[in-house]
Amino acid sequence: MSQAQLSGAEIILKALVDQGVEVVFGYPGGAVLPIYDELFKQNSLRHVLVRHEAGAVHAAEGYARSTGRVGCVLVTSGPGATNAVTGLTDAFMDSIPVVCLTGQVATHMIGNDAFQEADTVGITRPCTKHNYLVRDINDLARVMHEAFYVARSGRPGPVVVDLPKDVQLAKGPYLDKDGFAHRSYRPQVTGDPAEIARAAELIAAAKRPVFYTGGGIINSGTRAAALLAELVGLTGFPITNTVMGLGGYPGSDPQFLGMVGMHGTYEANLAMAHCDLMIAIGARFDDRVTGRLDAFSRGSKKIHVDIDPSSINKNVAVDVAIVGDAATVLADLIAEAHRRPAPEGKALAKWWAQIEAWRGRECLRYEPSPTIIKPQYALERLYAQIKDRDAYVTTEVGQHQMWAAQFLKFEQPNRWMTSGGLGTMGYGLPAAVGVQLAHPGSLVIDVAGEASILMNIQELSTIAQYRLPVKVFILNNEYMGMVRQWQDILHGGRYSESYMASLPDFVKLAESFGAVGLRATKPSEVDDVIAEMIAADRAVIVDMLVDKTENCYPMIPSGAPHYEMILSAGERAHEVSDQGLTLV
Amino acid sequence: MRAAARGAAPSRDLRWVSSLVDREALRRHTIAVLVDNEAGVLARVIGLFSGRGYNIESLTVAEVDPVEHLSRITIVTSGTAMIIEQIKAQLARLVPVHQVNDLTLEGPFVSREFALIKVAGKGEARVESLRIADIFRARVVDSTTSSFTFEMTGSTEKLDAFINLLRPLGLVEIARAGAVAMARGHKGS
Ligand SMILES: Cc1ncc(C[n+]2csc(CCOP(=O)(O)OP(=O)(O)O)c2C)c(N)n1
Ligand SMILES: [Mg+2]
Repeated sequence: MSQAQLSGAEIILKALVDQGVEVVFGYPGGAVLPIYDELFKQNSLRHVLVRHEAGAVHAAEGYARSTGRVGCVLVTSGPGATNAVTGLTDAFMDSIPVVCLTGQVATHMIGNDAFQEADTVGITRPCTKHNYLVRDINDLARVMHEAFYVARSGRPGPVVVDLPKDVQLAKGPYLDKDGFAHRSYRPQVTGDPAEIARAAELIAAAKRPVFYTGGGIINSGTRAAALLAELVGLTGFPITNTVMGLGGYPGSDPQFLGMVGMHGTYEANLAMAHCDLMIAIGARFDDRVTGRLDAFSRGSKKIHVDIDPSSINKNVAVDVAIVGDAATVLADLIAEAHRRPAPEGKALAKWWAQIEAWRGRECLRYEPSPTIIKPQYALERLYAQIKDRDAYVTTEVGQHQMWAAQFLKFEQPNRWMTSGGLGTMGYGLPAAVGVQLAHPGSLVIDVAGEASILMNIQELSTIAQYRLPVKVFILNNEYMGMVRQWQDILHGGRYSESYMASLPDFVKLAESFGAVGLRATKPSEVDDVIAEMIAADRAVIVDMLVDKTENCYPMIPSGAPHYEMILSAGERAHEVSDQGLTLV
Repeated sequence: MRAAARGAAPSRDLRWVSSLVDREALRRHTIAVLVDNEAGVLARVIGLFSGRGYNIESLTVAEVDPVEHLSRITIVTSGTAMIIEQIKAQLARLVPVHQVNDLTLEGPFVSREFALIKVAGKGEARVESLRIADIFRARVVDSTTSSFTFEMTGSTEKLDAFINLLRPLGLVEIARAGAVAMARGHKGS
């Protein structure tokens, strides 16, 4: 063999650089020391030392979601790999491209219960798009490139590459990243022209249409968002987004109805319920969107565009199925739409009048208070101060997340990072680390709950080390508010273990990590605290002491049809059914 | 809005859960899957079925192309039309899967199962089992003075019928290989 032989660790780093990786989020350990040694010797890759491997994956997710690129993670074997599992599952559910390199015990030790051995490919098989155990140094370069190809192609997702220590040390050939083609994996990018023509026909004939778009628009890229805006503008149809799709369409545009789903707006859910044509693009008819399935939008024809055929006809049977990339299909659909007469204006005007009536309910209205900070008020004021700053927002999970989705508007994709499918508390802070590293000069805010923030609070140390000016905006209600809300609605107000006792002093906690700590206790302080937070050139934790009893509305109670929403605390729309009690 | 201390939650009737499942007719499908013969590929397929709650009635796998390292998995499964469609889409999106063919949908196909069946006994029962084996074209692959082991290839139904007839005649052990199947006619899938 004439080709130069490299060590496994060298091959791994060379492949990362060739794949365009700039930052690796990681945590060292015995089974990855050869890779860390190689990292030490070079300057083309930046390693960011997180404080927990779950944080590493969420940081990579934040990086990926805010840039459209593949996030990269490096962790050791055994506990390093198992700690990464939550992040991998999160990335899998939300279709986030991540490549996670895990160390493994030497090949001859595998299966012997060696120190820090775990069956990483076994454990991660159901929570990754694909995974590899590299047993032969000759496969290493190809597998590295394949991992990136698989992670970013088609419906993106996490890929694990398990790397036994002896393979990291062995010598073998490097393979150029363009020198291979995957044996079997070729996602369909272009939609079937006949189906696209049928879709255009339905669009031209629609009287009560609605666009329903999701994370697929974000994953497809900024071109998809631009084309979506063009098509929506061209047709004059209303549009709603899933929680993963926010920013895929300009949030302050009048054709935008707000978020759909369990805590979506009244007008968005009713438009979905009463439409005669639903155009779903890169959205997956999740149970948080459909409510009770057999009552979901029964009178509509449905077009579904998705790059993953398994998303189509999974929960809801559709009339036109288009497998393909959102941007590619949208471009073809726009071309088709131009060839047909515009949809009938009179029917559409009537539909918009109906939607305006629903809008008139002002479903996000809340009872303001002169003495207590309402969480919605805090977010309204936050939005007022960040809306002209092209801010990036991550969230934790709970009521604050849903309020953030309702009250913050996003004009562009890649600005909103949240754990939608898995609902992982502890996502937001490490995700903000990844976002801030990708966008050093930008305003990055983690909208948090006091319970969630404690789940990955150790990342404040990472934030301190890399001087990341991340802003943590805690809506502190001293409760696992979303749990308390469900206990209100489903369990007779018995607040079993949902009170957050013994909370830290978040101001002092911030200071102990070299960050600024701020607190607001009454409405009159809110604006100043937000202004001070934004002005600070360092990390800030804001402890916003909000109403402890506020619940998040509108709400489709679990098991209810999507047109039966509770709009406010005063109104118990319907008894929650037996079905509802069993649902999550 | 808090409904103050409503007392213990009323007991709930959960029978609706099972009624959801069998509302629609289940159909049996035979699916052929061409995969890379690599470590873990079978675990991926089986994990998909168990993780998503799909049925496996039988599953067979063996390498069919030693040069390209391709294996063919034949799965007999059952579900509603929507579930069967899901199963195929989920299989197709596994990275090492090259091709998924629904033989049941794609036209007439032949399906064969293989079994070894041991019958122990003496006298008339023993002779009778041999007679039945002859009718079913099963072959004797092992015999002692007190037993026969039969080898049999055929459709699942034929094997079932044969085994049922042997049951009262001293049936002691069965090994079945699961169905392998292929479309009829000259075309490969
Ligand atoms: C890791 C994890 N554990 C448990 C849950 C269930 N859960 C959902 S929301 C929530 C409470 C979150 O409380 P907090 O962060 O204070 O947010 P709030 O709802 O009060 O705004 C819990 C426990 C979860 N989503 N994730
Ligand atoms: Mg809380």
